[in-house]
Amino acid sequence: MKKSELIAELARVADIPKRRAAAVVRTVLESMKDALVRGEGIEIRGFGTMTVRHYEAYEGRNPRTNEPVHVPPKRLPYFKPGKELRERIQKGKGVPTQRNAHPSRPSPGRRRSPPDETEDAI
Amino acid sequence: MTKADLIDHVCERVGGFSKKEAAEIVESLFEIMKSTLERGENIKLSGFGNFEVRDKKPRSGRNPRTHERILIEARRVLVFKPSNLLKGAMNKHRDRYRAAIEARAAAAGILLPGRVPGGESDQGGGV
Repeated sequence: MKKSELIAELARVADIPKRRAAAVVRTVLESMKDALVRGEGIEIRGFGTMTVRHYEAYEGRNPRTNEPVHVPPKRLPYFKPGKELRERIQKGKGVPTQRNAHPSRPSPGRRRSPPDETEDAI
Repeated sequence: MTKADLIDHVCERVGGFSKKEAAEIVESLFEIMKSTLERGENIKLSGFGNFEVRDKKPRSGRNPRTHERILIEARRVLVFKPSNLLKGAMNKHRDRYRAAIEARAAAAGILLPGRVPGGESDQGGGV
């Protein structure tokens, strides 16, 4: 689902014009972004929380050229799904995910299976 | 920031909704997102980020307290991948700061670690 489809679905469910639904989606995403830029976390009951994580600088490597690169310190958002969403995601386990539903269309830019993500790997 | 703040913002910035209506619309928005993800479908919000549902294979782990081996069952997880735009916005200050340091270093003829003269962008790979 992309943003335009989310807007269309919101317009249908809330019974409001698409233009208004678009303004709502834009406002919500912008407020969330502004909070993260301020370094503030976001808590949406039932959906999840976003927190700002600080990462130290490290010496990385360009995986293509193997050249060492300096990665400066950064802040990234970390999303933790809430209890309700986590449980609902599990419940849907039988249904194929989007990735698995289109085996002919490989996910872009990722050919080997990723290592088990730790939080820091984001 | 909580849902109540988002509802206030929708009220103020979109306009034309009562508090109650705005609350219902924001609630609907998150409900749509939840049921989409529940179906195993990803959500791509350009300029913000992607919510991706991933299937995890079962693996064996250990109880860190007792060191006992335990089986971690196959499960489904949700990850959020922030877009480059969001990452950039969150690190704007850092970039400005960094640019100043680099300019001074270049003027003094110092090469910063891992930097090629002429520079490159320090934003990570694709979304």
